[in-house]
Amino acid sequence: MEANLVDKSVIETGEMVLNMGPQHPSTHGVLRLKIHTDGEIVSQIEPVIGYLHRCFEKHCEKLSYEQIVPFTDRCDYLASMHMDHAYSIAVEKLLDIELPDRVEYIRVIIAELQRIASHLVAVGTFGLDVGAITPFTWTIRDRERVLDLFETLCGARLLYNYIWPGGVSHDLPPKFIERTLDFLDYFDPQIDELNNLLTTNKIFIERTADVGILPPEVGINFGVSGPSLRGSGVNFDLRKNEPYSIYSKFDFDVPVGKGEMGTIGDTWDRYYVRVLEMRESAKIIRQACAELPGGDVHAALPKKIRPNAGEVYGRYESARGDVGFYIMSNGKNIPMRVKMRSPAFCNLSVLSEISEGWMISDVIAILGSLDIVLGEIDR
Amino acid sequence: MTFDEIVALLDTKASGKTSVIEGKTVISVSPENWSEISAILKNESKLNFDYLMCISAYDKGDNKVYGAAYNFYSTVNNHYLEVRVEIEDGISIPSVVELWKAADWHEREAYDMMGLKFEGHPDLKRILLSDDWEGYPLRKNYKEPDYYHGLPVPKDKSYWD
Amino acid sequence: MTSIFDSLQESLAFLNLDLFMLLSLISLLGGTVIFLVMAVNALVAVYFERKVSAFMQDRLGPMEVGILGFKGGKKFWGGIGQTLADAIKLLTKEDILPKSSDKFLMILAPFIIFSGAFLTFIGLPFAQNIVISDFNIGLFYIVAMSSVGVIGIILAGWSSNNKWSLYGAMRAAAQIISYEIPIGLSLLLVVIVSGSLHLGDIVQWQETNRWFIFHSPFAFLAFFIYFISTVAETNRTPFDIPEAESELVAGWMTEYSGFRWALFFLSEYANMLIVCIVASIVFLGGWLSPLHLINIFPESWYILDGPALGFFWVSLKAVILIFVMMWFRWTFPRLRVDQLMYVCWKVFIPFALANLFFVSLWELIF
Repeated sequence: MEANLVDKSVIETGEMVLNMGPQHPSTHGVLRLKIHTDGEIVSQIEPVIGYLHRCFEKHCEKLSYEQIVPFTDRCDYLASMHMDHAYSIAVEKLLDIELPDRVEYIRVIIAELQRIASHLVAVGTFGLDVGAITPFTWTIRDRERVLDLFETLCGARLLYNYIWPGGVSHDLPPKFIERTLDFLDYFDPQIDELNNLLTTNKIFIERTADVGILPPEVGINFGVSGPSLRGSGVNFDLRKNEPYSIYSKFDFDVPVGKGEMGTIGDTWDRYYVRVLEMRESAKIIRQACAELPGGDVHAALPKKIRPNAGEVYGRYESARGDVGFYIMSNGKNIPMRVKMRSPAFCNLSVLSEISEGWMISDVIAILGSLDIVLGEIDR
Repeated sequence: MTFDEIVALLDTKASGKTSVIEGKTVISVSPENWSEISAILKNESKLNFDYLMCISAYDKGDNKVYGAAYNFYSTVNNHYLEVRVEIEDGISIPSVVELWKAADWHEREAYDMMGLKFEGHPDLKRILLSDDWEGYPLRKNYKEPDYYHGLPVPKDKSYWD
Repeated sequence: MTSIFDSLQESLAFLNLDLFMLLSLISLLGGTVIFLVMAVNALVAVYFERKVSAFMQDRLGPMEVGILGFKGGKKFWGGIGQTLADAIKLLTKEDILPKSSDKFLMILAPFIIFSGAFLTFIGLPFAQNIVISDFNIGLFYIVAMSSVGVIGIILAGWSSNNKWSLYGAMRAAAQIISYEIPIGLSLLLVVIVSGSLHLGDIVQWQETNRWFIFHSPFAFLAFFIYFISTVAETNRTPFDIPEAESELVAGWMTEYSGFRWALFFLSEYANMLIVCIVASIVFLGGWLSPLHLINIFPESWYILDGPALGFFWVSLKAVILIFVMMWFRWTFPRLRVDQLMYVCWKVFIPFALANLFFVSLWELIF
């Protein structure tokens, strides 16, 4: 009997190109993936980006340094505070400003709250990607409380324009610290609840463990950073390795993927690192709140930002990874060139490498575990 | 390693092919030497720059000289390096995609925005803008088109008022 | 057991119609009843599902829309007019057929799926005497009719001329046909023991012996195989891969909208009701009250046993099962297509076959 039962001259098989996005529930924005599939198996992925390109870098060449801050907000709209902070740190490096202690503490508290908020969205939408809907509503409920805190802080809930080069726009409102601590007390058990519902769910583990393994050397070669790289077991966190601001004062751990449910660097690890990071952020916030010094938050705000000619590359650990601002100044109050190194941009570039050979459902899970924000990729 | 040690090491490996930019901790490399230097940066065990953080294309504003600034970091040795490759318009820079896969999209972006050409890049095409875009928007002499696909491009708010 | 069909035939005899006219009239009446049941079921079940999911997700769900100004409760059970408003919206929506679709098949598909669910109701008893037509092969008929829908699903996916729909249809076909087997094997167990395909006889057997789920360990297992397989058969989470809104947008119904989509929805919830009623009749004693499980109740309580309350007991059991299905949906993530097939072919079917063998032995020995 012939082994080949299918008469290929009658039945043609071939690759099908599936166009996922720019409007698709699981591409986390306006990402388009051209997926070459053989049945359910994915053989090649071509990400097509740029649908949310808003000329950030071109705008920067027309605006003064202060005016750029609101634009950085709109890059990573899920972690706006991080973008502000990253940009401010780069400009401060260029200007060589010393900041009052209170400003640094406020910035750390805000940045870590923002990290919790951003990871909550990442974790919740990842659950949504693998089909679990309830964790998403739970995490959004908790994120709402962080946004409420930010609302009391600066009046805005999504795009804050709060952290400025040289300081912050407002001092903390009354009772902010108490409310933050209240939130943390409320939040710790919620993580356990999330773990019970989603993290340790058998189906969830089946779907994510051993899927989309990102070996550490591949991750480094592709420039992957942040929780996505730490999921591969690389202990690299700028807050520890290159402490900026005052992170060296705090005691916290850097969670890395251990391959508890499968192989190191699988989708589950990348997810779980984010869950653990939320706990570490809470730890940092508690320490910072306890030590918060007094002072004037506007003391170091420069009257006019006009750096000397030169350039600076500032690195910052945002919720998505290693944000870099490369600013070239030619001595005017308008930068000559601002280039933003977007972590999600590099993280997304590894997608086709790690998801080939997996199924369409797995591609969705892998994409979700990379936690991309299209505003930041397209800028 | 400090910047001076890196410069000294590069001098012994490829003498005269790199230079330090006056008053800055930045190395300048000419495009014809760049593929050799980049291989040394990646493979030399004392340097071991395994992490390409960023490629920033820039325009000096004289309509002639364009450049690419490469920011490297070594996750093993924890040191930084910034390398600049400056070219005159029309000359291409050797691609480093073979050494750092991260360069793939960064080089495409530099091409898209600043019109730098990278020789040896597997698929050098626009990444953020659409394929039929004309011109390179981040160049200082870029003029916004008056029409895009037959539609007038609004230049100020009066268009909406 | 008398059916509605028979009793109508008797009670309408005074009209002196010829047989053909009489049968047509009865069929029309029966059909209207089934349609009403399906429509009301969808309205209630959708509202129920929304409120259940809202409760599980720590939110309120629909709260605003009422019927004639009555919105229901203020705290949680509000918005009772929501599904009615949704139904009206779906019926008045613009009818869209994609330009490159196969229009004839695309129009036909929802009706095939709908008829599959519709026809099943004919043989489905809601209580001892509440059944449209009483078959002596009722169980076989229900299993057969509930697989008709898959033809419609494949047609819908193919005719839409959309790759997502095609993926959904292929997944649905593979899934539904596979899960027919464990369902059939589990039900066969009941048929072997009770010796009848007639649903009335099966309940009769349970009345004289005990509820089928407590017949033997194997029957107990068979109930769970049946129930989980029916969750897959009705395409609900964690087995909703044919629709998989985060992967395939909406699977095989991506291109449908308005009334045609409403038909899909109607049949989906009708299927849920069907499988839960079958489970409660076949495994959970049907219209028998649970009082017989433990004989500790005073004599007067056994009035709850009466045939008048049969409908109540069947619906109560079915509603509990439907609630469990909803509970699944809002708790579990979705399986991948190969894991789904693994569960069916390598777990359920071997277990169901072994069950069949052991239950036969059990019957020989005891």
